[in-house]
Amino acid sequence: MINIVGKRKIYYTFSVLLIGAGIFSIVFWGLHFGIDFKGGSLVEIEFSQNRPEINAVKDSLAGLNLGDIAVQPAGEKGFLLRSKDLDEGSHQQVLRTLKSLGDLEEKKFDSVGPVVGEELKSRAYLAILTVLILIIIYIAFAFRKVSRPVASWKYGLAAIIALFHDIFIPTGIFSILGHYLGVEIDLLFVTGLLTILGFSVHDTIVVFDRIRENLRKGVGDNFESTVNISINQTMTRSINTSLTVFLALLAIFIFGGESVKYFSLLLMIGVFFGTYSSIFVASSLLVSWEAWRQKRIERKLNTR
Amino acid sequence: MSFLTALFTKQKASQTAWTVVAIFLLAIFAGFLIYPTAWNKPVDWLNAKKNESAVLKSLPNIPQYFNLPFRLGLDLQGGTHLVYEADLSSVEKSQYTEAMDGVRDVIERRVNLFGVAEPLVQVDTVGSHYRLIVELAGIKDVSQAIAMIGETPSLDFREERPTAETQAIIDRYKALSPEEQKTFSEDPYFTPTALTGKYLTKSLLEFDPNTNEPQVGLEFNDEGAALFEEITSRNVGKRVAIYLDGAPISTPTVNSAISGGKAQITGNFTYDEAKQLVQRLNAGALPVPISLVSQQTVGASLGQQSLQKSLFAGLIGVLAVMLFMILWYRLPGLMAVIALTIYSAIVLMIFKLIPVTLTLAGIAGFILSVGMAVDANILIFERMKEELRWGKSLGGAIDEGFKRAWTSIRDSNASSLITCLVLFWLGTSIIKGFALTLAIGILVSMFSAIFITRNFLKLFVSEKMEKHLWWFGVRKAKKETDK
Repeated sequence: MINIVGKRKIYYTFSVLLIGAGIFSIVFWGLHFGIDFKGGSLVEIEFSQNRPEINAVKDSLAGLNLGDIAVQPAGEKGFLLRSKDLDEGSHQQVLRTLKSLGDLEEKKFDSVGPVVGEELKSRAYLAILTVLILIIIYIAFAFRKVSRPVASWKYGLAAIIALFHDIFIPTGIFSILGHYLGVEIDLLFVTGLLTILGFSVHDTIVVFDRIRENLRKGVGDNFESTVNISINQTMTRSINTSLTVFLALLAIFIFGGESVKYFSLLLMIGVFFGTYSSIFVASSLLVSWEAWRQKRIERKLNTR
Repeated sequence: MSFLTALFTKQKASQTAWTVVAIFLLAIFAGFLIYPTAWNKPVDWLNAKKNESAVLKSLPNIPQYFNLPFRLGLDLQGGTHLVYEADLSSVEKSQYTEAMDGVRDVIERRVNLFGVAEPLVQVDTVGSHYRLIVELAGIKDVSQAIAMIGETPSLDFREERPTAETQAIIDRYKALSPEEQKTFSEDPYFTPTALTGKYLTKSLLEFDPNTNEPQVGLEFNDEGAALFEEITSRNVGKRVAIYLDGAPISTPTVNSAISGGKAQITGNFTYDEAKQLVQRLNAGALPVPISLVSQQTVGASLGQQSLQKSLFAGLIGVLAVMLFMILWYRLPGLMAVIALTIYSAIVLMIFKLIPVTLTLAGIAGFILSVGMAVDANILIFERMKEELRWGKSLGGAIDEGFKRAWTSIRDSNASSLITCLVLFWLGTSIIKGFALTLAIGILVSMFSAIFITRNFLKLFVSEKMEKHLWWFGVRKAKKETDK
């Protein structure tokens, strides 16, 4: 049996370092929001023959007076253009201008007005908050009969801390990816984050469920050893499950095409840290909490 | 809950056998529904063979399997998602809903002219914003569609100005500098009347009885008919102009006052032009102005590419998971793989039956749900292995494994379902697709784990296998219990 709970401080440190790096990146570099959230337009085109020089594209668009248009090569023959949100007239103007450079096909056009973007952003925050609250309520409810030695709401709180852990780390990583590779935070990112929430809690609950069962059966000499036994008993399952989900996601990442590439990467990161936190963080937190409470009681008794 | 207790109580072997047969029948039914060609091809061949023989020819043909297509989202078949914002400033607050319904009906009529399968037009209220969402799947010319959705054909009748007035306007125009002439908007020849497209009840495509030229017939309501009669009676011998979108399309001379509220526009139309004008006039004007605030368009070729890629990714993903299951869990793993195949067939069948609009994110949701379905099996098998190591009999271990794993499966899936609900509510169509496929996947996965896998194991595992625990991924069971 691996002593995980006993070495919890090492794992706490590792997690805190990762989260710290994430927060550092979010504070200094911020989140690179896509047009879903900040408004703007995205045009993806593909030329049927060789694509023109990037500067030729930039120059031809400069005359249109549509503000800054960022041009980025995409695929072998295409370009991605990002700009402020274009109305249909300007959109067609852009296409006509580009068609003078060579025969092309428009593969994708997204345009989001700034108001819609702001709205989606607040809706996304609200959704994340709602999921968190509903999950606390659910866990408190599911563990309502377990009250000794740790109160049922503490399971909920420990799971939530694990949840924050599991969404902070991917968000931090994506902030870094956004800074270096221009990966964007869009609606699909939020979808992924919410899925991670569901998955992470899924994993944590399985361990908690085993703790609940072992407490009832009286397995282990004290709370710490009960928790450690439970973690060990469920570890193979946790790793195997994550591995299968990970395999499925890896297939999407490699073969699924550009549009879901970062979505599947996000989910892979989430699944990895979700499993990590359920094995190394969530249950250990219960033990730390209990130890802290015991110490406080002792101190009270001693001072009396 | 009684259904669940029934699942966990011991059932007779014959009952298990019948359940397994029923599961297989369901799976076969689902399989053909997903891929009807697999049924139709052999059936065609059989029917052809049968009809060669004179005796059998009198018998009816074996019917073809019914064909339900998958419904593909915009990102997989190409198309456009448009969001319009309505300007309701000219409408009373109590009339908002009515005005939006009016906008929706008009847009719906216009959109129906595009010949797109299953266009979606719906009102979406976000806070104080009243919006209209239009989704056109598989449309070729998005730009033209946007033009046709947004533009209101404005039809109005104008009468001739007196010659003096015309001359005065022309003189004023000539006196202006070339710069100012550009913005000069007064019409020197005609002046607007009260008669507009508002009074139109119907518009028809007609043909001139003499020349066979196509023309557009107009029918006014009572109010419009009265106005028309008044205008024509005071303009006998003069011209009355019919303006469409601010430009004259026909300027006939009035011979006598016209009562009855019918008029024709003969504007040298081609057949198609006349037809389109009729359709546009019939679709009517928007009760309030709208503006396009957001647009997402995916080209058909990109959609096709995405579909192929995601299907391939899905296939590889599912195969990888299956391989892992068999290597790690041996016999139960194989059972789980069969259960997983059936699981996939059932989920895809449900996608077709509901029907669920499949998007890229939706396919990702499905693949993820496969992973989660496996999880339920893993929970059960790990528990079974533990029970076996503790020296339980095989049958006992199976029962115990299912019973003990159930609470974990229930609680963990419940939290994922909560997430799906919230995602569905957050909902733009992409996210809704993901949430829906994941939720269906999770629900079916629970059914698959506790019903399909369990019955399989019960049927195929006999006490004789007790000596071959290798099949269950457990080594030397006895020694471990001795410890």
